Amino acid sequence: MPTARGGDVTIRDLSKSFALGGRQLAVLRSLNLDIRSGECLVIVGASGSGKTTLLRILAGLERADGGAVAIDGKRIEGVGEERAVIFQEPRLLPWLTVLGNVAFGLEVRGIAKAEAEKRARFYIALVGLAEFSDAYPRQLSGGMAQRVGIARALTVQPEILLLDEPLGALDAMTKISMQEELARIWSEENVTMVMVTHDLEEAIYLADRVLILPREKGGAARLIDVDLPRPRERSESRFVRYREELLREFGLH
Amino acid sequence: MTLQHIEKTVGIGRHEGGSGTGMEPLHLLTRTSARILSRYGVLLGFLVFWQVAASSGWVNSAVLPPVDTIVAALWKGLIGGSLLGDIAISLQRAGLAFAAAVVVAIPLGLVMGQARAVETALDPILQLFRQTSALALYPVFILLLGLGEASKVFVIFWATLFPLLLNTISGVKEVDPKLLEMARAYGARRLTIFRRVVLPGAVPSIFVGLRLGATTALLLLIASEMIGANKGIGFQVMNAQYNFQIPLMFAAIVILAALGLIANQVLVVLQRRLCRWNVSAG
Ligand SMILES: Nc1ncnc2c1ncn2[C@@H]1O[C@H](COP(=O)(O)OP(=O)(O)OP(=O)(O)O)[C@@H](O)[C@H]1O
Ligand SMILES: [Mg+2]
Repeated sequence: MPTARGGDVTIRDLSKSFALGGRQLAVLRSLNLDIRSGECLVIVGASGSGKTTLLRILAGLERADGGAVAIDGKRIEGVGEERAVIFQEPRLLPWLTVLGNVAFGLEVRGIAKAEAEKRARFYIALVGLAEFSDAYPRQLSGGMAQRVGIARALTVQPEILLLDEPLGALDAMTKISMQEELARIWSEENVTMVMVTHDLEEAIYLADRVLILPREKGGAARLIDVDLPRPRERSESRFVRYREELLREFGLH
Repeated sequence: MTLQHIEKTVGIGRHEGGSGTGMEPLHLLTRTSARILSRYGVLLGFLVFWQVAASSGWVNSAVLPPVDTIVAALWKGLIGGSLLGDIAISLQRAGLAFAAAVVVAIPLGLVMGQARAVETALDPILQLFRQTSALALYPVFILLLGLGEASKVFVIFWATLFPLLLNTISGVKEVDPKLLEMARAYGARRLTIFRRVVLPGAVPSIFVGLRLGATTALLLLIASEMIGANKGIGFQVMNAQYNFQIPLMFAAIVILAALGLIANQVLVVLQRRLCRWNVSAG
């Protein structure tokens, strides 16, 4: 897989508000952030703090009110081929097999079916579903379906992978093994990863840096460097200390 | 390797362990006949009851002839060929109207389901037309198109149009917006989204419309053939009753029921082939 790639994200003065019952609700207030190529940035924050909104703006699915997002110096307008999104739900097309779903992203980008399926098979194997290539989504468990969604995003070989609580709906056991899988994929694919989560342990397990979105108006976004060797050990004392630090940020400790 | 494959293997394993090999064919036979009985038992009982009631004089057999008499009349009509012409003309009327309804309703429904403005503009008149019984409009169509084929085909077309159109529209509208957004996130353009997400997503609902439409088409076929026709299955029902050929009347009714069943079965098979992914189609 490719080595040196783009994927530097520059966020400048980004703001976004929604009309809510006649008044404006400011969700993002002049946010500044640089995401380095190849890093794993995890976004946490209270419910309603704008995590999904930020990710959707980065994906190009939502327009910001002010400010700009640039990728490798180029301002983004809408969706782009250098990005891929993994949603909270798998969002698989029920009428396509696993293979069809994983190849879908490439096919809509104009890659011939045979070539798309060849590349799709590689990533289906990578997420451990080679045996299920011909299964339909209804025949998959929740965790398997989510892995198909991940394979679909990887197949288009994005520079930037945007993930919105991709493991939120999974049970604890599946979640931990999927976190390990994501860590492995991230290091193997050399991709910039921006991921939203509610799970602080997941954040520390995966992140180079954790972005904490402020809970109330006027608060500032905070960044925490997670300086731990990989693969990370959840029970290690430094890991636990990072967890406590994050809890303190949330005022829970 | 699909999951069905695994289930099948499990099924065979259990079967072999269950009983001795010598019992197998007998076992299978009783199992099959039990399944047939549980599915068609009541129908069979109904026919037997009818036969007994009619031939033993519990009911007036001039009005409700025994089953075997009806079957004989049916046989004579089909083999002798006297009913074949009626079947042909009826199939032509219903088929033409149904095909026209499909050609108009499905494309229109696909557009209306996606273009809010078109739907808003057309919805009130659609609701009005839909609530006006096609049968009530039949005299109007006769005035406009004459008592011949055109008015018959048109009234069937008219009635078939609405279930097809409304189900196509709702099929398109009910496609999961999250799937549409997923396709958009991968850079799919409007036409690609339509072809790869909207259309396949709407197919199950379109089939609901097709099946309702087929039923409606047959209903209106009969009604239209009972007024001012001199050929057709619907005409035969009325005509046989008028001439007191009651077994022939029932034979024609049986043919109508059979047409309905066949049309539905054809659509079910077609749907299964097109929607292998859909559980409810299976
Ligand atoms: N399309 C929309 N229209 C109106 N308000 C919206 C819209 N999308 C988001 N909001 C509002 O913006 C705020 C932030 O929403 P967002 O989904 O970004 O939060 P979040 O941090 O992802 O929360 P959660 O952790 O619960 O997923 C919420 O108060 C929400 O009500
Ligand atoms: Mg969210």
